[in-house]
This record gives sequence, structure tokens and C-alpha cells, in this order.
Amino acid sequence: MAGKRRALSETDAPVTPDLERSAIRAESRRGFLLALPGYAYLVIFFAVPMLIIFVYSFGTRTATGKTLLGEWNLDSYQRLFNHFVLGILWRSLALALATTVISLLVAYPFAYYIATRGPRLRGLLMVLVMVPFWTNFLVRTYAWRLILGRNGPLAAVLGFIGVNEPRLLFTNAGILIGLVYGHLPFMVLPLYASIERLDWSLVEAARDLYANGWKAFRKVTLPLSMAGVVGGTILTFIPAFGAYIEPELLGGAQTMMLGSFIQKQYYAVSDWPFGSALSFVIMALMLVGTIIYFRRGGRTA
Amino acid sequence: MSGVAVELTAVSKRFGEVAAVREVDLEICDGEFFSLLGPSGCGKTTTLRMIAGLEFPTEGSVRICGQEMGLRPPNKRPVNTVFQSYALFPHMTVFRNVAFGLEMSKVPTTQIAERVKAAVDLVRLSGMEKRKPAQLSGGQQQRVALARALVNQPRVLLLDEPLGALDLKLRQAMQVELKDLQQRLGITFIYVTHDQEEALTMSDRIGVMHEGRLLQVGPPEEIYEHPRTRFVADFIGETNFVAVTVVGPGRVRLPGGEVVQALTHSPAGTAATLAVRPEKVCLARPGAAPAAGPEVNCLEGVVRRRVYLGNSLYYHVELGATTMRARLENAPGVGQFAEGDPVCVVWEAGSGEALEG
Repeated sequence: MAGKRRALSETDAPVTPDLERSAIRAESRRGFLLALPGYAYLVIFFAVPMLIIFVYSFGTRTATGKTLLGEWNLDSYQRLFNHFVLGILWRSLALALATTVISLLVAYPFAYYIATRGPRLRGLLMVLVMVPFWTNFLVRTYAWRLILGRNGPLAAVLGFIGVNEPRLLFTNAGILIGLVYGHLPFMVLPLYASIERLDWSLVEAARDLYANGWKAFRKVTLPLSMAGVVGGTILTFIPAFGAYIEPELLGGAQTMMLGSFIQKQYYAVSDWPFGSALSFVIMALMLVGTIIYFRRGGRTA
Repeated sequence: MSGVAVELTAVSKRFGEVAAVREVDLEICDGEFFSLLGPSGCGKTTTLRMIAGLEFPTEGSVRICGQEMGLRPPNKRPVNTVFQSYALFPHMTVFRNVAFGLEMSKVPTTQIAERVKAAVDLVRLSGMEKRKPAQLSGGQQQRVALARALVNQPRVLLLDEPLGALDLKLRQAMQVELKDLQQRLGITFIYVTHDQEEALTMSDRIGVMHEGRLLQVGPPEEIYEHPRTRFVADFIGETNFVAVTVVGPGRVRLPGGEVVQALTHSPAGTAATLAVRPEKVCLARPGAAPAAGPEVNCLEGVVRRRVYLGNSLYYHVELGATTMRARLENAPGVGQFAEGDPVCVVWEAGSGEALEG
């Protein structure tokens, strides 16, 4: 017994701050190894390409459509303030915002409904939310061309209720319908996750403290599901802002969005410096916007 | 104790096939500390939730302060609840938690500040108003939950195992504090617990529930001294159970054939269970025992087991065909016995209750 105690104190004694620090260092090394594949992937396929884009954005387009590197200039960035470019930017912003708001208004009640069902129905409904992902996104968007088309079912319904020559395809409305359709699941999933986690006794407590159903929702349910709202709006807004397929297939020449515009710089106009400047500025804006939004959302949630 | 605060009439609640509460009739008086006591799943919490308006009865009626509640939602009932897990709003400070009910009932802001301060002082949490629930200890969270309910000055306060999550010492301190608070404020407390000691210490009356039924309602002493069913006798405290036959009013026959005196509730010839609390049983050396009189039972037996518990000792005494446990204080003047000692087992007629079944 006594010997054992001595042995213990012997191993205890050399534990110095140095030893502790090296243990912490070893632990953080192990952590880094776990993250290494992820870091490597992001560096090779995200950071390096972003850097290339960044470099190209200061280049010059030659008359033949080649990019001249070396004579660095800010021309591409100055052209961003062209009113045609700003118009596209505003349209993208407006459509992305509308998509986010409509998705939120549709998805919140739906996610709430799913989260408050019994476990079996809940599972079934969540599978149904995912079902669209089993079909290729391009194919689904093509389907919308038929639905929205001049002779499509939606036009027929609108015509029947008295809208003259309804035009949906190749308009902002058409794009919006497609965007909401495509992004709704990304809004439903985080909302469902946060509502499902909610401690319902808190809502009961609010009701017990004289809150009617709406007040209990406003003061308790909504603030406590804010993480889902923040997550869902980011997952909806960012891809909708840079959407490419929906405006390409459902929009027209008058309704160009950023995604298509950038694509045109690379393939149609061969103006890589301008396309790069556009991409880079938008990415920077999104990053800053997301950080600010997360900070503020995190405070309320 | 003037009027009736809460009145349940033939209240039943079914969840699908499961009957959670069955035909409960209950009157709880103004200013009373009433406990619903029973094991988990006995329907006590469901009963409380029906008073709060968080569940609605399948059958029967709930009246609060004379008013039929029907399907009235919780926000329109003159009651407040202290929830089992406290259910404090995690995104609000202590102040905002306590002020919630007042804000919802549109009390002027200046009054809210005053009343919240008074409620926070009442539960001795002054200075903690700006903290979030996560920054408080379990005991402090419990107090916030209490203040949040009391600040609304409800006629009836419903408490659902409010001390369940606290450790023993804190729980005992809070028991005293709760009872004191209830007496000072004169509010009706309806207190749900599975802890018999808690119910006995605090309550004016206790209602014992089992499998959805309200088995017995009465003051703690009556419940403990005169349980009316075997379940009540078994659930609260410790009891010797002996299968007996009633031979006449006040007389039952033990399995060994001896006839002893007990309180009987059924006619001669019926089978019954004799319930005697171990601490009501005395042991004496043969010869030194008082003679069996009209009020005292005295039987001879042998000590088979002696269990030392520190402040008391348990003796398992073989009495012919049955065994009876006696609990003797470990105190000066109380005799001690060894295993194998012949003893006289003595208990008063009024301590034995012959229960049906």
C-alpha cells in the first residue's frame, strides 16, 4: 500500500507545465491529422482556384479573346459599376431575396407540421421532402418548362380564371417559381432539425403564463428555432443568388442573372478577367454578408 | 379554508387505449397545500395537466374557483405551473423569464419592474436578474421557475415534482421553504410528487393515486396511520402484511390460528390483510411483557434476524406461521435482542388495520 502510494507520487511529481504543454501539443497534432484530408481537398480545389481567379481578375483581355497576364490593372473591377452589370446584380439580389422569403414562408409551417407529427409519419414526410433529389436537377427544371409553358397546365388554369395570355416561362416569375421549387428542401431541412429539437414544455410554459398560441410562437418557438431560420436562409439565398440552371432554362434574354452572366464572360465573350472580377467580388460579398448574418442570427437565437 | 379552489368531478383521461386517469373526484380547498402522491405513471401529472389546461379530460369536469373550465386554454385559467424540468426560457434573462406572464397579461411596464423585483426577492435571487438560466445552478433555476409562476399571483399554483432534480440536502431545505412560502402567501398549492416523505412533510392533505385512480384522500397522519388499501399502506412507509380472516368486529385470525385485535372494515368470514407498521411493534422479554389486554396484542415468537441500521434496529420475528418486522429505536432504555432470543411481540389493537384483499 505504502509502496504503491510512493509510486504514484513519483509519477505525479514530474508533471510540470512543460509536460502538460507537450501533451496539449500532441493532442492538437492528432486533431490536425483528422482534419487533414478535408483541409487538403479545400486547399487544392477551392483556395487554389480562387487564387487563380483572383490573379486573372487583374489581367487584360486581348482582341482575340486571350487573357494577358502581367500588365496588371483594375479595369475589370471598374466595369462592375456599369449600369447593365448593376442591373443584373440587382435582379439576382431581388430574385434571391424573394426566393428566400417565399421559401421561408412555405417551409416554416411545413417543417413545423412535420416536426410535430408522430415518429412514423415524420419519417415518411422527411423521405418525401428528399424524394426530388433522386431525380437529376436538370431534368426536374426542364419539367418546369412544360408546366410553365404557353400550353402548359399552369397557363391553362390561369387562363381559365381570367388571366389573359398568361406568360410565365422566360419571365422573372418563371425563374422565381423554379428557384423556390429547387431550394425549398434546403429550407425545410434545417428548420425541421431545429423545430424537432425544441423543448415543447417551454411552449407549454408560455401558454401557462398567459401567452396565446401566436404569442407563444413569437416569443418562444420562433426565437428558439432561429438557428434553423438562419441556416435555411443561408442555404437558400446563396445558391439562389448565383443560380445558373433556373435562369438559363426558365428565364429569357431580359431576365439574365449573375450565374448566366459570369458563364457568358468565360464562354461567349472570352473575357476571363471580367468574369474573374465578377466571381471574386460576389464571393467576397457573400462571405462578408454571411459572417454578419451569422453573428446577428446567433445573437437572437 | 373558505371555499373550494379546484373541483374535479368524475374526471377521466384516455390516451388512445390507455386510461391515464379514471373517474377522479376531488375537492381542493382555498389556501390548502394538497399533494398528489403516487408512483410514476399513476396519472398524477396528467391530473395536474388537466387542471392547468395542458390536457383536456376525456370525461368529467374541472372547475377552478367555481368556474367550469371545459376546453379553456391554459392562458385563460387562473392557475400557474412550476414544471418538472422548470421549462425556463433559455433565450431570456431571469428578469425576462419572471416578467413573461405579466407582459402577456399586459401589466404596465412600471408595475412589471416592481412585481418582478418583489418576486425575485421572495425567492432570494436578488442580483441574478440579468443572468440567463444556463448560468444558474439547479436550485437557482428552481427558484426562478417558482418566481415566474408566483409573480402572477395565481389563485392556485400547480407544482409538478419541482424538487425532483435537486440533491437531498437542497430538496429538504426547499421543502421547508415552499411550505413557508405557501403559508405566507395563502395560495392553494397542488403538488405532484412520488416522494412520500415530501408529501408527508409539506401537505395539509394528500391524495394517493395508483393506476389512474385516486385511492385515498386525507391528512398525512390519516394516510399514514389508517391506510384504506394495501397499496396505500405499502407505498407510504413500511408495513408488515399478514394474510388474516376476519372473525368478528375488531377481531382477526392469523394463519397460525391465533386471534388478535385489529381495526376491521369487512364482515366476519372474509379474507383480509393485516397491516402493522414495524415501528408500532414492540418487543419484550417473555415474562416482562404486559399481559394482553383489551387494547393490546401480545404474541410469543423468536428473533430470526437482527438488522442494524444505525439509528434503529430491525428484528424479523417468527410468529408461528408468519414473520413480523419490528423496528426499535437505537436509544437508551430500549431493549436489544439477539438472533434466536424468544420474545413477546406487542402492538396496540389500533395499530393493526385489516384491509380488504
